[in-house]
Amino acid sequence: MKHTLICLVENKPGVLNRVVSLFRRRNFNMDSLTVGRTHNPDISRITVVMEAEPGDGKKVVMMLYKLIDVIEVQDVTNIPTINRDLALVKVRTPDAYSRNAVTDLCYERGARLVDIGPEVTIVELAGAEESVESFVEALHQFEIVEMVRTGRVSMGRGIRTMEQRDYKSTRFAAYAPSVNGGGSAEHDDE
Amino acid sequence: MKLTGAEIVWECLLREGVDLVFGYPGGAILPIYDALTKYPQIRHVLPRHEQGGTHMAEGYARATGKVGVMLATSGPGATNLVTGLANAMMDSSPLVAITGQVPLGAIGSDAFQETDVTGCTLPVTKHNYLVTRTEDIAYTIREAFHIARTGRPGPVLVDIPKDVQNKVIEFHYPEGELRLPGYNVPGKAHPKEIEAALDLIHSAKRPLILAGHGVLMSGAMDEIRSFAEITQTPVALTLLGKGGFPENHPLCVGMMGMHGTAAANQAIQQADLLLAFGMRFDDRVTGNLKTYSPNSKKIHVEIDPSEINKNVKVDVGIIGDLKMVLRQLLPKLQTGQHQEWIGQIRDWEEDTSERDILLRLAAHPDGKLWAAQVIAELFRCTEGKALTVSDVGQHQMLEAQYYPHTRPHSLLTSGGLGTMGFGMPAAIGAKLGRPDEEVWAIVGDGGFQMTLTELGTAMQEHVNINIAIINNSFLGMVRQWQEFFYEERYQSTPLKNPDFVKLAAAYDIPARRVSTKEEIEEAVQWARSIDGPTLIEFVVVQNDIVYPMVPAGADLHAMIRRPKPSESPDFENNPTAI
Repeated sequence: MKHTLICLVENKPGVLNRVVSLFRRRNFNMDSLTVGRTHNPDISRITVVMEAEPGDGKKVVMMLYKLIDVIEVQDVTNIPTINRDLALVKVRTPDAYSRNAVTDLCYERGARLVDIGPEVTIVELAGAEESVESFVEALHQFEIVEMVRTGRVSMGRGIRTMEQRDYKSTRFAAYAPSVNGGGSAEHDDE
Repeated sequence: MKLTGAEIVWECLLREGVDLVFGYPGGAILPIYDALTKYPQIRHVLPRHEQGGTHMAEGYARATGKVGVMLATSGPGATNLVTGLANAMMDSSPLVAITGQVPLGAIGSDAFQETDVTGCTLPVTKHNYLVTRTEDIAYTIREAFHIARTGRPGPVLVDIPKDVQNKVIEFHYPEGELRLPGYNVPGKAHPKEIEAALDLIHSAKRPLILAGHGVLMSGAMDEIRSFAEITQTPVALTLLGKGGFPENHPLCVGMMGMHGTAAANQAIQQADLLLAFGMRFDDRVTGNLKTYSPNSKKIHVEIDPSEINKNVKVDVGIIGDLKMVLRQLLPKLQTGQHQEWIGQIRDWEEDTSERDILLRLAAHPDGKLWAAQVIAELFRCTEGKALTVSDVGQHQMLEAQYYPHTRPHSLLTSGGLGTMGFGMPAAIGAKLGRPDEEVWAIVGDGGFQMTLTELGTAMQEHVNINIAIINNSFLGMVRQWQEFFYEERYQSTPLKNPDFVKLAAAYDIPARRVSTKEEIEEAVQWARSIDGPTLIEFVVVQNDIVYPMVPAGADLHAMIRRPKPSESPDFENNPTAI
């Protein structure tokens, strides 16, 4: 079955490698992986969708916790979440007829035309994966030239949040006055 | 105080209480070695190979409970650490490895002796660092020691580029709390978990304690003994758990698992409650998981949360420090009586002694030398008081069977990784850490030759260890598997060995060869009387088998056992026949 895991990790070089390497060495296959900063610049958020046996979700969570840089992990597979996947699709629209047809389709599906050129049109849809999938299916009536998807990002509904501690990465900066005096963020950006 | 990065490394090691390091110099770590000349209070031991150095550091760490430190240069120096780090990772030994790296600007350019060391060692370390600023060295080393020694201990590697070592900065030692938001060290158990455990403990009829390495690492020897005595619960040990509970105690049923005692394995299968204390249900301990201890409730006390329910589903899983958890349990324990259960275990033990090779040889001496005799004689001659360090293979299992340990940290061996070549260097490290102990490295002829270069270290540092080579000119354990499971096709297991006595002589190490039982005692006492390293080669029978044996993946109760005399058709002519 598919599991969705959310991890909060320290925003430092090499952390993603540690997380991904864990999946590789335990032979778990990732369906999708998204990484990005949170509102706290010292914390990144990773969403992983993976294929695993029902009991394995818990094991992966425990193994992720063993990584020193992993702050918080949640298996959100069985809790109510908002899931979003974003697709950018470039389709061939050489004539007015096809441009109109793409425009109509986007209107029906709540997608957006984000770039219209003489030969091709780029459309964007953000939504649950199933709606993205069916939208892409529908776009096959045109010639798809290029496509990219972000993979799933998830957020628990209601007041459910990942435990956000009052956390600021001062592990290095606070103790080591940098060359130009005072703790700085330069280290974190490396 | 203005210091170079290299000097800061030593300042930090001093503050961690380090007075002995192992290491091998090279281009990228030369600044650190040069700075060492300013710190004469730190002793440096030079192994002959970086792998040997990591085993020494681990032997030192496990014998003393302190963090072992190993230095190496970039590239090949660092890649040679991998086996030793993996061994420390599997056996949860606290190590800090410091490696030199090519200068920052050269990283990624395939520079001379450049390797992605943090990448190479990622899966075999508890954590690792690439330090990119001299200002970060002190904090990183402090954090590295903290991570290495707390929670479930393990190896941590710090990779420092050469220019980062050279740069001069104003040095401030980072005091104050470490900021490790993703790292928690478990301590006490939740009271609800204690209650749940007590319910199971007090209703058990056939309880059994499984004591692992965690007993030694949390220092819970007294607590586990009190627990066993109050509740009258027998104790089985894992290989690394040896020393955590005295093996001469009436409640001790010996080692469990693949080559454990039949009584311990039968007790596991028949128990109605398993108390797994600081152990991790390794496959060598459980055999077939589907049939493992089928009728028991299970309580697992473990400091590493990922171990609970990993291999064996348990009824009560307690994440915590074993010593603290046992201290929570002890005042609430009711005294127990399990005479019938203990009597049953005694019967199994008697059945075992009938099959014992030593008793059989005593009744029917064959004039040959058997490995088990060597270990048993060694036990007798050292009065069971030596700190033994075994390598990997048949001799390791025989050591576990015939050298009962009664004191903590008196057996060091490579358990999880099974690293041939671990024994002799680890013995050097152990002796350097605990100079008052009588240290014996018990090694096979195969494993010894993997790291025999460290004889040079023993000679140079005048390390007073005794090396016992159990030489059967075979990779004995592999041979045993070939005999049982590959129709006696002994592919690539016979060894043509050098003259070990002459080899030792080349290193100026006194050595002897022993090939009969009668010579053992004199040789052992001779070795004990010499100050400095000694070596004894014991030439033993080739076609020896370690019994009992649970074949890999087989049911724990389905042990291959040495036949009883009544079951051996040719017993009169060939009493030691397998």
